Amino acid sequence: MKVRIKFSKQGPAKFIGHLDVMRYFQKVMRRADVSIHYSGGFSPHQIMSFAAPLGVGITSMGEYLDIEVDDTEDLTTMKERMNETMAEGFHIESCRRLPDDAGNAMSIVAAAAYTIAFRPGYEPKDPEMWMKELEAFYGQDQIRITKKTKKGEKELDLKSLVYEIQAEGPSVRILISTGSSENIKPELVLDAYYQKLGEERPAFAFLVQREEVFAENSSQKGGSRFLPLELLGETIE
Amino acid sequence: MRKLALSDEILLSIQQPARYIGGEVNMVVKDPSKVDIRFCMCFPDVYDIGMSHLGIQIIYDMFNRRDDIYCERVYSPWADLDQIMRKEHIPLFALESQDPIKDFDFLGITLQYEMSYTNILQILELSQIPLHASERGEDMPLVIGGGPCAYNPEPIAEFFDLFYIGEAETVYYELMDRYKANKKAGGTRKQFLELAAEVPGIYVPSFYDVAYHEDGTIKSFTPNNPHAKETITKELVVDMDQVDYLEKPLVPFIKVTQDRVVLEIMRGCIRGCRFCQAGNIYRPMREKGLEYLKDHAFKMLKSTGHEEISLSSLSSSDYSQLEELINFLIDEFKGKGVNISLPSLRIDAFSLDVMSKVQDVKKSSLTFAPEAGSQRLRDVINKGLTEEDILTGAAQAFHGGWNRVKLYFMLGLPTETREDMEGIALLSEKVAETYYDEIPKEQRHGKVQVVASSSFFVPKPFTPFQWARMCTKDEFIERANIVRQKFREMLNYKSLKYNWHEAELTVLEGVLARGDRRMAAVIEEAYKNGALFDSWSEYFHNDIWMKAFETCGVSIDFYTTRERGLDEIFPWDFIDAGVSKEFLKREWQKAIGETVTPNCRQKCAGCGAMKFKGGVCYEGKN
Repeated sequence: MKVRIKFSKQGPAKFIGHLDVMRYFQKVMRRADVSIHYSGGFSPHQIMSFAAPLGVGITSMGEYLDIEVDDTEDLTTMKERMNETMAEGFHIESCRRLPDDAGNAMSIVAAAAYTIAFRPGYEPKDPEMWMKELEAFYGQDQIRITKKTKKGEKELDLKSLVYEIQAEGPSVRILISTGSSENIKPELVLDAYYQKLGEERPAFAFLVQREEVFAENSSQKGGSRFLPLELLGETIE
Repeated sequence: MRKLALSDEILLSIQQPARYIGGEVNMVVKDPSKVDIRFCMCFPDVYDIGMSHLGIQIIYDMFNRRDDIYCERVYSPWADLDQIMRKEHIPLFALESQDPIKDFDFLGITLQYEMSYTNILQILELSQIPLHASERGEDMPLVIGGGPCAYNPEPIAEFFDLFYIGEAETVYYELMDRYKANKKAGGTRKQFLELAAEVPGIYVPSFYDVAYHEDGTIKSFTPNNPHAKETITKELVVDMDQVDYLEKPLVPFIKVTQDRVVLEIMRGCIRGCRFCQAGNIYRPMREKGLEYLKDHAFKMLKSTGHEEISLSSLSSSDYSQLEELINFLIDEFKGKGVNISLPSLRIDAFSLDVMSKVQDVKKSSLTFAPEAGSQRLRDVINKGLTEEDILTGAAQAFHGGWNRVKLYFMLGLPTETREDMEGIALLSEKVAETYYDEIPKEQRHGKVQVVASSSFFVPKPFTPFQWARMCTKDEFIERANIVRQKFREMLNYKSLKYNWHEAELTVLEGVLARGDRRMAAVIEEAYKNGALFDSWSEYFHNDIWMKAFETCGVSIDFYTTRERGLDEIFPWDFIDAGVSKEFLKREWQKAIGETVTPNCRQKCAGCGAMKFKGGVCYEGKN
């Protein structure tokens, strides 16, 4: 069966890069005796798919990976077994069974939510006001920016890719386009504002945390546009 | 969660910040205020190398089994962080607690290769510990060295308070008990060193004086403290199944050199290759029991989650139950996605059979280490591998589907002639010819690839070649050119490739390997002028070292090309490594006479290691 695992990454673990996190979870599977499935071939590898790479330095409350395990696997104890062997800063939040025809985590990612705050020592005089002004900046109809890509530069309308932005006291919560079609990094949201201010974004000035990763809600029953990835799976008790 | 010693700003500005944060799986967490002794174990090279070293993991596990000791780790900060720490005066810290090392009781440094010596000074300086043991106050950590290079500790003696000669498992607890008792009694640093000097295997360099002859050789080496022993006998584990052994190795986040479970199957070697220091200082060869190894393989794979297990020893083919062990590993783990890696196996029908089971033949290459190009020279070095062994093994391998072969040689060996050098190319050619002779055209998977590499020979203490003259840089390069030239004359030269190592680095390694106390000034001078990470070719600056020799008035030739007399007192003679000087002399003379010595299982050569009362010396005698 297909299983979706949600985990958090806090504290010093934020300095561990995406490739190393992948290697880390491969070893977690073995330590926790997860009945994970392997590919064929001379050097088999685990069937595992991560939702969206997280940049070094960013903490997260909602990271995802999908794996395939034996149907007999008990997801409640599997979660416990994994948590018993976690390194500092990593924690398994949920393990849910996916429908057999579910798309893998990486292919369905559409958006991610982040909280951004000033790093202590870098705050402006009035951080709450600063965040309100940032929110107001995104009240415009269109924000044309130039984004650096692998192939060079391209023009795009950032506004259409920032789905939500909400000042919350001294921090701001954003929901932005993520995944294979248009991948926006949270820093880009700040950079566009700094550009308008005619300034460079100061290095290290912000603490960023990813809160959740979402897929498009394809349900016929309506509801919000995006659903957290874990809600696409069912909890088995 | 632990607070890190480095700020986010620093960690986000350097390469691989995960080198400095600790927190790895199986890291030991203790409350430092609740232990009596804080020990920081150091491998003086970058994390990626240091974390691959089994010895530190064994010591880490051994100390942390005790509730009164907290053993932590530190590695060399890479050049980028080094600069930042100097600029901002950040004291070097241990990975576990992130506390400054200068507040610890001990800083233990493993000495694995000579070219890490400047990194030791970096560790001390960044830790804000005085470089010289004589300048350290009562509140400073005791700096203790160990590992293979501690068998000639003299070039770095003045940077260390004490050395542990031999294997750690035997008397480290005793040493710690003495430290604790002395601390409790309000004893001084010197009082502890006197207590330590009485422990077998412990060497306190400040308790000995060296006098020199006019020609620069050693006149005398004598204790100047009543607690100091005349001779330091190495420590060793007699029964390998009787020691507590590591069950939960640390699992690094970043990809390090040795990213797998390492199963140590034995210590020591029966072969007696005359150039090999490890083969001499770790005598006698002692095996671990099969059941013990099976149990540990299970436990370590389970506790780490590694996807690969590798056997570790100097010569795995000599493990008496190798077939049973390998079959067990294949039966038990192969189906569970665990790779089995088998280095240092002699190539024969058995090893080719198991290798074809555990690796992809098409992607792997076959390794032989003839070490010398001619049978004559292989007899001199006592390398019992014949041309027939190599060609038969290669033929079998070619039939098994392999078509890539690596050959390892040394250049600059004692008595080496032009013929021996050219033999490297001739042997490589014969291996290539074997492929074309044995494998019909229609069955070949492309060309055969034979890659021959030569390193330059460095005479090491406690080997029969400790008396040998070492080549100069120019001689080395000349010899490599002779080999290269010969390769060009070979019929199959398009299937052959020849590489050789850095000559300048080798000369320096030779000086440090057989150096004495006068070398410390040179190391310090080179370090102060920027020498660091010398074992990394992109950081090695020979000119800094050459200038340091000049400034200090130390002659390179004295340590390398000088012929040493049989009665010369060597800087390391006060250490008893088990193999006696008489045995080494006999072997040196037999080498010159091109006479081989049978291995330990064939016939005891009377090396002296039998006095430890264990291992291969007593095999089949109980």
